[in-house]
Amino acid sequence: MAECKEKETNKPTKLDPQFKYQISKMHGGEKLMRCFQCGTCTSDCPVARFSDTYRPRQIIRMAQLGMKDKVLSSDTLWLCAACFTCTDRCPQDVEVANVIRVLRNLAAEEGYIPQVFKEQFDSILESGYAYKIPELRLKKRETSGLPPLPKGNQQKIKKTLSEVHLFKDKQKEGQ
Amino acid sequence: MVAKYLLFLGCAIPYRVSALEVSSRKILEKLGVELVEMPEFNCCGLPLDPVSHETMLLLAARNLAIAEQKGLNILTFCPGCAGTLKKVRKTLKEDKALRDGINRQLKETDLEFKGTVDAKHLIQVLIEDVGLERIAQSVVNPLTKVRVAEHNGCHILRPSSFIGFDDPEDPKTLKTLVEVTGATCLDYMDETECCGAPSVGVNDKVALQLARDKLSHIKAVDAQALITICPFCHIMYDTNELRIERTFNETYGIPILHYSQLLGLAMGLSPAELAFNELRVNASKLLEHL
Repeated sequence: MAECKEKETNKPTKLDPQFKYQISKMHGGEKLMRCFQCGTCTSDCPVARFSDTYRPRQIIRMAQLGMKDKVLSSDTLWLCAACFTCTDRCPQDVEVANVIRVLRNLAAEEGYIPQVFKEQFDSILESGYAYKIPELRLKKRETSGLPPLPKGNQQKIKKTLSEVHLFKDKQKEGQ
Repeated sequence: MVAKYLLFLGCAIPYRVSALEVSSRKILEKLGVELVEMPEFNCCGLPLDPVSHETMLLLAARNLAIAEQKGLNILTFCPGCAGTLKKVRKTLKEDKALRDGINRQLKETDLEFKGTVDAKHLIQVLIEDVGLERIAQSVVNPLTKVRVAEHNGCHILRPSSFIGFDDPEDPKTLKTLVEVTGATCLDYMDETECCGAPSVGVNDKVALQLARDKLSHIKAVDAQALITICPFCHIMYDTNELRIERTFNETYGIPILHYSQLLGLAMGLSPAELAFNELRVNASKLLEHL
């Protein structure tokens, strides 16, 4: 996660008044402006219970205020466990977990991507599976009486994802 | 035959949770649910949703489109896969512009998403297609001396507006399915709390504390085992229980069983047939109670 370290700076926080509109246009971020900061999300969040830094209400407010750089470069953005408790209980139907996901997508576009996602993307392009299934596991399937694993069609998966902007350079490499 | 489904295995199960597959296939065969293998496979897309929603939509829609070509509904043993496929199905059915965009890309490999097939998790198929009566009839060895706790996990229930299965604040299906085996299913504090698995690798401390919290609540009601229905929840508790005991200097000794293993025992299948040897936390004490 070294690449996602929050940058400490003495300069005043830069604000982007367009940020909230950018989020609201994205699938899942449409209802960002509905949040009235009641705090149901944070108080019901299992991660917030044990983390000193992750506070979904705070992230939503920072997004509304246009603190784009600070939100997108922050480590805490990647702590959400996607349990959707906040989404289910939000009285304003903000779909908090989806807004967090939109913010992560934007962070990824800015280059803040934890390494694990690159590895999973590459693995899916190569085999269809998000993890590299060990040879031993494949052999063990036979002895356990399990049918062979369905294979991924590398060419078709690459074609399907050819317009995805993320990791674009990597994909070109693979083609 | 009770029902016929296209089996979507997902990534985590063949990677490291084969006991879930072995036991689930065995119980479904006994209950008359026929499984057809996917002709080709790609991940449901969920792991990449945090970095690219578009990638997730494309990967999920591709699987749904393949199932449509086969004319079969999808069955998964992973609530993450089932939840993702359900969400994408509903989203694309309701949003024509999004659907058209995804279909333009799927057309590259001669596929089209129409929204004609559904995706269900194992326990949804058990309760809706097989039915409690038929499951009860299959029980030859009621587990009347066994007291367990259940853990639904998140994605079988939430977000409820997309999943629409059971009550997310007070889920009953898994409890009912546990009780049909003859076992007692105990209530405990914070039953619907997340296992913490998605935070592993991002912040292990938070993840372990979440798992520990759950284990301590289960220990408080003196459960002999924890029953899970998700490969990630299972990894989280089964793999980390010893680590949690060491880290926090506590003792739990609670075996983590897949629901399919519990039902399998009640159906008279042996622990070996249900791949009990793959469990990290020893279940031999529990097996003495059968």
